[in-house]
Amino acid sequence: MSQQEWVYTDKLKEHFMNPRNILKDDEGYQDDGRGVVGNIKCGDQMIFAIKVDKKKNIITDCKWKTYGCASAIASTSILSDMVKGMTLDEAYHLSPKDVAKELGGLPEHKIHCSVLGDKALRAAINDYYIRNGMQDKVQKEKARLVCQCMNVTDYEIEHAVLEGARTYYELQERTKIGTVCGQCKDETLRLLEGYIKKHFNK
Amino acid sequence: MARRSIYMDHNATTPLHPEVKKEIVKALDTFGNPSSLHGYGREARKLVEASREKVAAFINAEPDQVIFMGSGSEANNTVLSIMECPSKECSCTAEGKRDIITTAIEHPCVLETSKCLQGKGVNVSYLGADCLGKIDAEALKEMLTDRTGIVSIMMANNEIGTIQDVKTLASITHKRNALFHTDAVQAVGKIPVDVKALDVDFLTLSAHKIYGPKGIGALYVKKGVPFCPLIRGGHQERGRRAGTENTIGIIGFGKAIEMRAREMEEEGRKLLELKKILREGIEKNIQDIKFNGHPSDCLAGTLNVSFEGAEGESILLYLDLEGVAISTGSACASGSLDPSHVLLATGIKAEDAHGSIRVSLGRENTKKDVEYFLKILPKVITKIRKMSTVHTKEKK
Repeated sequence: MSQQEWVYTDKLKEHFMNPRNILKDDEGYQDDGRGVVGNIKCGDQMIFAIKVDKKKNIITDCKWKTYGCASAIASTSILSDMVKGMTLDEAYHLSPKDVAKELGGLPEHKIHCSVLGDKALRAAINDYYIRNGMQDKVQKEKARLVCQCMNVTDYEIEHAVLEGARTYYELQERTKIGTVCGQCKDETLRLLEGYIKKHFNK
Repeated sequence: MARRSIYMDHNATTPLHPEVKKEIVKALDTFGNPSSLHGYGREARKLVEASREKVAAFINAEPDQVIFMGSGSEANNTVLSIMECPSKECSCTAEGKRDIITTAIEHPCVLETSKCLQGKGVNVSYLGADCLGKIDAEALKEMLTDRTGIVSIMMANNEIGTIQDVKTLASITHKRNALFHTDAVQAVGKIPVDVKALDVDFLTLSAHKIYGPKGIGALYVKKGVPFCPLIRGGHQERGRRAGTENTIGIIGFGKAIEMRAREMEEEGRKLLELKKILREGIEKNIQDIKFNGHPSDCLAGTLNVSFEGAEGESILLYLDLEGVAISTGSACASGSLDPSHVLLATGIKAEDAHGSIRVSLGRENTKKDVEYFLKILPKVITKIRKMSTVHTKEKK
């Protein structure tokens, strides 16, 4: 059958076929920071390891491995090329959108697969700070409680959007937000719109 | 090794049988409306009815018990939707028997319809499956009540291939005066199906799973059982399915069934042999695997297997790059976040469902195809496991 029109872009296909910077078990990679995120029960897990030039705060090298689909593999492969030479701060602020752009686009329902790589990268950067006694620099995934009744944060709303929620109803299906008193509805709708815009330019 | 193109996803759909293709090309000129009284219409009618006879004979039904429909999904939707009809014509609901019993491993067209009917006030209960995908007859016995209107249990599962004992399940159902439907889309044309021996009230068939065209299915309806059309507004199909007949599809369906009657038995033996080679080859060459589904009560060509530490969509796409087409129970391939509901219903771990593939062999597959697949697959699994967070131990 025709291989010309593949499911994803040519660049994604190329990175999927030849993923860069894979962390191998036997090479004893000496990292300065390591992050592990995800859960195999949910179908994806990621390890990201970085080496850091401590004077310049620059990522000099990185390795990763994943239990994940083609999008997770390709997006992390390209991310691992992108972050080399970046300052810790620059790398920390990369978004899934930057990675998707570099890949030449990702189908919407695949964005959440690509989120794992930069999440693991941020965890690795924080791990580097902790190992080097720079706890003050650790950037928390800032989560703010939006729905008091069901205990739902803005972070969970963003995550639900990345996983496909586009309407208030779909958000409720995933998070149960606003299903008790409903006072948070206006704020939730604002956040929902904001995150859709942020990640999907809509 | 030269790259080959191998299709091993026959439970998704099948290529047209060459004889079916010939028949369809011939039928393209038959444009008459089977309802027209003139010669053009009569010519089309003759071909449609000849196909109906073939389909009916193949499942030991009478021709007027076979209703052609747009798909197996439509047939399943039609049957379940009878339960929500409050019309007196649909006597089952008039008696207050409108509860549905179905299973956790049905096709989405049954599960989604059931969910929708639940929203309309119909009670739906779901039978679980055991670890091999079997539905327990005793559990059905316990679940049946005087309010049960219909029981819908698929004959052979599309993902793991497990075949149910439909005859026993139907008989238990009838003892409580409820109707029995079976979605036999994956079964008809692969295993013998006799509606009289099974004593089912409704049975769903589809053409494109057995080398016929897409967009044509059929529903067997036993004489005298309640019925309510899903699509109204025409006398076609004896008022049970409105809409001008898909003559080309129906003619193709008839030919596909005719070819099944000739080839099914021998092909079944061949596929079983190929699956044995496949299964043993995977067992021999790849560590940390788990076969899913029933070892013997299973469709001859269907093999479902999980690979520890390897995600299914990756397996599928690496195999695709090597020219091999299979499918997976992983969430990523489906566009949803959940892995196969069928595999989860059999109680396997979510990660094993994410790491599963389904190989479904068909009539054009050869031993060479299986051997090529067995050369490619271990390489793919090793490649994925080398970058996997889960499978870190490469055993010798």
